[in-house]
Amino acid sequence: MRTRQTFVAFKTILFKELMRFTRIWVQTILPPAITMVLYFIIFGNLIGPRIGEMGGFNYMEYIVPGLIMMSIITSSYANVVSSFYSSKFQRSVEEVLVAPVPHYVILLGFTLGGVARGLIVGTLVTLVSLFFTDLHIHNFFITVAVVILTAVVFALGGFINAIFAKSFDDISIVPTFVLTPLTYLGGVFYSINLLPEFWQKVSLINPILYMVNAFRYGILGVSDINVGIAFVIIGLFVGILFGVGIYLLHRGVGLRT
Amino acid sequence: MNAISISNLEKVYPGEGEAYALKGIDLEVEEGDFFGLLGPNGAGKSTAIGIICSLVNKTAGKVLVFGQDIDATPVAVKASIGMVPQEFNFSVFEKVKHIVVNQAGYYGLERGLAYEHAEYYLKKLGLWEKRNVQARLLSGGMKRRLMIARALVHEPRLLILDEPTAGVDIELRRSMWDFLREINANGTTIILTTHYLEEAESLCRNLAIIDNGRIVQHTSMKDLIAQLDSETFVLDLARPIGILPEAPGCVLRKVDSQTLEVDVPKEQAINEIFTCLSDKGIEVLSMRNKTNRLEELFLDLVKTNNPKPSTTKAAHAH
Ligand SMILES: Nc1ncnc2c1ncn2[C@@H]1O[C@H](COP(=O)(O)OP(=O)(O)O)[C@@H](O)[C@H]1O
Ligand SMILES: [Mg+2]
Repeated sequence: MRTRQTFVAFKTILFKELMRFTRIWVQTILPPAITMVLYFIIFGNLIGPRIGEMGGFNYMEYIVPGLIMMSIITSSYANVVSSFYSSKFQRSVEEVLVAPVPHYVILLGFTLGGVARGLIVGTLVTLVSLFFTDLHIHNFFITVAVVILTAVVFALGGFINAIFAKSFDDISIVPTFVLTPLTYLGGVFYSINLLPEFWQKVSLINPILYMVNAFRYGILGVSDINVGIAFVIIGLFVGILFGVGIYLLHRGVGLRT
Repeated sequence: MNAISISNLEKVYPGEGEAYALKGIDLEVEEGDFFGLLGPNGAGKSTAIGIICSLVNKTAGKVLVFGQDIDATPVAVKASIGMVPQEFNFSVFEKVKHIVVNQAGYYGLERGLAYEHAEYYLKKLGLWEKRNVQARLLSGGMKRRLMIARALVHEPRLLILDEPTAGVDIELRRSMWDFLREINANGTTIILTTHYLEEAESLCRNLAIIDNGRIVQHTSMKDLIAQLDSETFVLDLARPIGILPEAPGCVLRKVDSQTLEVDVPKEQAINEIFTCLSDKGIEVLSMRNKTNRLEELFLDLVKTNNPKPSTTKAAHAH
């Protein structure tokens, strides 16, 4: 009997999240599209031809999947971390905490809100990339699955970040000092085969490498790593981060005194 | 059935000092009651409310809402409560109607029904004209009423209001009181915290007075007022007196050599005191009533519980 009500609560949270970022689309949707256009022009058009081939593709074709992935990662993380933190900051999170909403519904609602923004931004960047290169999708199912799972991982990460955040500074620390470096070192711009063997090994502990490569495999059919392993690793991250999120909500960390 | 049964509820906020905000309170509120939780700032009212509404983790004790344990069946408990917190806690950039409709959604009301209820309560609280306005543009009194509409939108059996009239002007306060009486008459149990005695006197049938984390009085408003069996007057004298005169049937106190205080039991005539004083050659220049009687009793109860007058910290907390 409550199932129906729980589902309504879930729809309400998700809808509110969608409204939030579409209302402020100039801040949430447009910037990553503009950044990516710059990447396409500078790395793809200007510098790319001098680099030559990578993984059997011209440089522009090679980096497009990485750049799409990068925009998805950044957007889904940013959406949840800023939305959930500001609802903590304004205390409007209490609206859901006093209501009969199970914790997993809160987590799912916010997470899928972030995933939605990631997918919208990713689609937009993909469309923009068509002005610069042709895109043939090697394996549609893998491409979509990787995109969604990756967006889920980073939306969950943004949620956990927001739970621990005590100030607006705290919500930019992780993106600046962890996400951006890992993304740049995650094979967005290069194949790790270019690296000395030692650094190739080090790169393998970077989870973003698996996501970028699995996605590149979906589009181009080339990857530095085994796609099956990539799915297992991404799946593990989804499971672990979801579990951590639920645990933190149950404990009321950062939410209940 | 009891709307609320609290036994031995304790709360220690973490941090240095480990101060007890609640030192084991027991509280019973009957279904249908209009109940007042009174106490000075820092007494623990918001903490108690926060625990009932799942916003604060308790340290020890048991809380039942309509017979259901808040630990065992939190979802059912939450569904039966509507809460108006002390501090504004809505997103200021959202429109008034969305705040109320979304809250209905969190309680499981389908969109259509949510809009119906939202319209009804926004109209009731005089906010319908403001429905498309961002919440940050509302006046303080309107924000307060917005939170009341939001708390009622799922038509809870129990409405809890934490200092709902703090900072609300007198006229609005009276109309809010009328509204709450109406809601209560229609069957909703109401618990209200306040530090205005007048408010409790005008609204509540039963009350508890809480101070320093302890319940110091748990009774009906009628019995509390019955405790006020005497009234206190201050007498300004024409000339200094030496020893305190005796007056039959009432208690006289010397404030200073030219001022007396007298407690007059309800049934005693005041002129007897004057007769008695003028017999002794004491001339009274003027007389005035000493503050609000209830206020007095309240302060008395709180003072007994709290020997050192250190309310400065609590005063800063709000
Ligand atoms: N989040 C908190 N952290 C630490 N101490 C708190 C917190 N909230 C309240 N307190 C303390 O607990 C006591 C009771 O506060 P509160 O319940 O807000 O009182 P009231 O609502 O009656 O004014 C006060 O001494 C207050 O300083
Ligand atoms: Mg309070």
